[in-house]
Amino acid sequence: MANQEMTGAEIVIKALVDQGVEVIFGYPGGAVLPLYDELFKQNSIRHILVRQEGGALHAAEGYARSTGKPGVVLVTSGPGATNAVTGLADALLDSIPIICLTGQVATHLIGNDAFQEADTVGITRPVTKHNYLVKSANDLAKTMHEAFHVATSGRPGPVVIDLPKDVQFEKGTYIPKTLVQHKSYKPQVKGDLKKIKEAVKMIAGAKKPIFYSGGGVINSGPKASKILTQLVRMTGYPITSTLMGLGAYPASDEQFLGMLGMHGTFEANNAMHDCDVMICVGARFDDRITGRLDAFSPNSKKIHIDIDPSSINKNIQVELPIVGDIAHVLEDMVKVWKSEVCKPDAAALTEWWKEIAAWRSRDCLKFKQESTVIKPQYALSRLQELTKDMDRYITTEVGQHQMWAAQYLTFEEPNRWMTSGGLGTMGYGLPAAVGVQIAHPDALVVDVAGEASTMMNIQEMSTILQYRLPVKIFILNNQYMGMVRQWQELMHGSRYSESYMESLPDFVKLAEAFGATGLRCDHVDNVDDCIKEMIETPGAVLVDMLVDQVENVYPMVPSGAAHNQMLLADDKAGVSPEVAEKGRALV
Amino acid sequence: MDANKIHRHTIAVLVDNEFGVLARVVGLFSGRGYNIESLTVAKVDDMENWSRITIVTTGTMMVIQQIKAQLERLVPVHKIADLTIDGPSVEREMALVKVECKGEKRVEALRMADIFRARAVDTTETSFVFEVTGVRDKVKAFVNLMEPLGRIEVCRTGVVAVRRGNKTI
Repeated sequence: MANQEMTGAEIVIKALVDQGVEVIFGYPGGAVLPLYDELFKQNSIRHILVRQEGGALHAAEGYARSTGKPGVVLVTSGPGATNAVTGLADALLDSIPIICLTGQVATHLIGNDAFQEADTVGITRPVTKHNYLVKSANDLAKTMHEAFHVATSGRPGPVVIDLPKDVQFEKGTYIPKTLVQHKSYKPQVKGDLKKIKEAVKMIAGAKKPIFYSGGGVINSGPKASKILTQLVRMTGYPITSTLMGLGAYPASDEQFLGMLGMHGTFEANNAMHDCDVMICVGARFDDRITGRLDAFSPNSKKIHIDIDPSSINKNIQVELPIVGDIAHVLEDMVKVWKSEVCKPDAAALTEWWKEIAAWRSRDCLKFKQESTVIKPQYALSRLQELTKDMDRYITTEVGQHQMWAAQYLTFEEPNRWMTSGGLGTMGYGLPAAVGVQIAHPDALVVDVAGEASTMMNIQEMSTILQYRLPVKIFILNNQYMGMVRQWQELMHGSRYSESYMESLPDFVKLAEAFGATGLRCDHVDNVDDCIKEMIETPGAVLVDMLVDQVENVYPMVPSGAAHNQMLLADDKAGVSPEVAEKGRALV
Repeated sequence: MDANKIHRHTIAVLVDNEFGVLARVVGLFSGRGYNIESLTVAKVDDMENWSRITIVTTGTMMVIQQIKAQLERLVPVHKIADLTIDGPSVEREMALVKVECKGEKRVEALRMADIFRARAVDTTETSFVFEVTGVRDKVKAFVNLMEPLGRIEVCRTGVVAVRRGNKTI
């Protein structure tokens, strides 16, 4: 008989094992002690002890993003749960499957302002895909399995299960996962074939087509990336990608135009603006992508493939929406393309590629490494050159360095690039690197960071050392919150209000204090040696790369501007006052 | 069609009658800045344990479309129907209106109530409570008419609605 009586805590652990969970990230506390006791008694699940609950969430995100499996978190009630909120919001915006188990005070104490009580389901409702408060051990197994289903299917996202302490002690019946089915939650996986045929016709008839792919391709699984690559190559059309989608299409391919959007390439943004058919694959027309809405790709017909119906027509009206899982829809598209023997308009395509070549020739990512002061772009191009052939995973923090990393590092396959795209959470990269390295112990995991972001979750250095993780933290230190400083320069008359970091620590000594190796580099001639030393030194290494303090990220579509109004590094014109005025309000 | 035109839609939502489901729906509206003109909710199916929520909302067509898509995304939501689009529907709202009046005004209040087919469900020597049922505008008109007659309290249910004919949502 599969059904057995056990305690709530035993049910939780058994459900995790049945769901194939190998690692959980967490931090103990009063309301989860029964669960921690069960963890102690078993050997199937490895627990990674972080130093603050926020770190557990980002580590789980890194784990999930780099493996395609859900990330699992265990934290206590009250402050444990509230510390988890940022990571949950981050996972929601980037569609990362997370199961977050939170302790709760005993059911008879709920609502009494008990010690370490917080209304966790109330607080996390808007930052999760779904959440549960389990009030009986008999509901526990079903809820656990349902939570995994909700978190990992459809558009993935974070799910919270709030577990009162008495429910963890209470006896209940375990139900295996095969017996759980949901009544109302049934995401659509297969796309409407009629629409797919229509889309293929539209794609084949295009004169200036472009594929615009996003994080949805990566969430759909490695197969989706393969089929996307196949489809794009069959058509011979150009493709660009969002920040979240990097790696879904091989960056070294001639048809890849680089990233689009606010800091995307000149060729990608201009091609988006001038195209006549846009095929949006698993992206969501986010404001960092579209720029000014009424000037976004004004003359194109748009096809939008997305698993989430609420992404359709949210920001941009599209002519042809297809709801479904990317891999399934693209597979059908390839089939239809073949069976109907579609041929692109070769002459028009040649013309289109000529236009693109002209934009490309602007070489929008070029930079001048003139003095001995290290340009951040130079440091990253060297990192790229010296690590590109390695088994490499990159995480980033948030800010200028993140955009440079997206521009100068390239990704040939999915799940290699972990970054906080939607929420833009500073402090993401260091704990995310923990999760990635746990999942891929022998790989090179580099957290490309800024000094300000690094300080936001620096305590996770201690986690890195506890588990002897060879994470490499690559800080581009400009002693500014660089992106804030850049916006203040461009939009707020260079009034650098509070964006300068005074009293920064000595990062080398800081690394050493944690038991890691610290390296500093402040001369352009030493960059290569420093990167090599970072890679060759066993264990955790923190690199303090002192870079040009006032370098800005270009190209840039200023807020309130259109895609074809980009600023390039060699334009000295700056942001027009009119755009600056509007852009300030748009953030 | 003018994309910026504001439309009023009545949306019916069938949900699992579970802990927190109303908070999810209301939180969605407040979190995303959608309007709620009225909202009613009650359990409608004991066997399935379903509640039905009727929401009257306003927005551009793009916003109305988003509201429906976002509601559909909530895990405990079974069905959404836009009764404004799906064809003719019957809409009703009820109000209880308390009027404090004496003498000639009492007679006038009863006469008005008669015209609106409102029933007096409570009375004292100096007051009435009227129950009025009908479409929003009728209820509103009655409530307004009671004002000069000594209206001191109003309670409205918000709109409930079903499709006409034999089709269900």
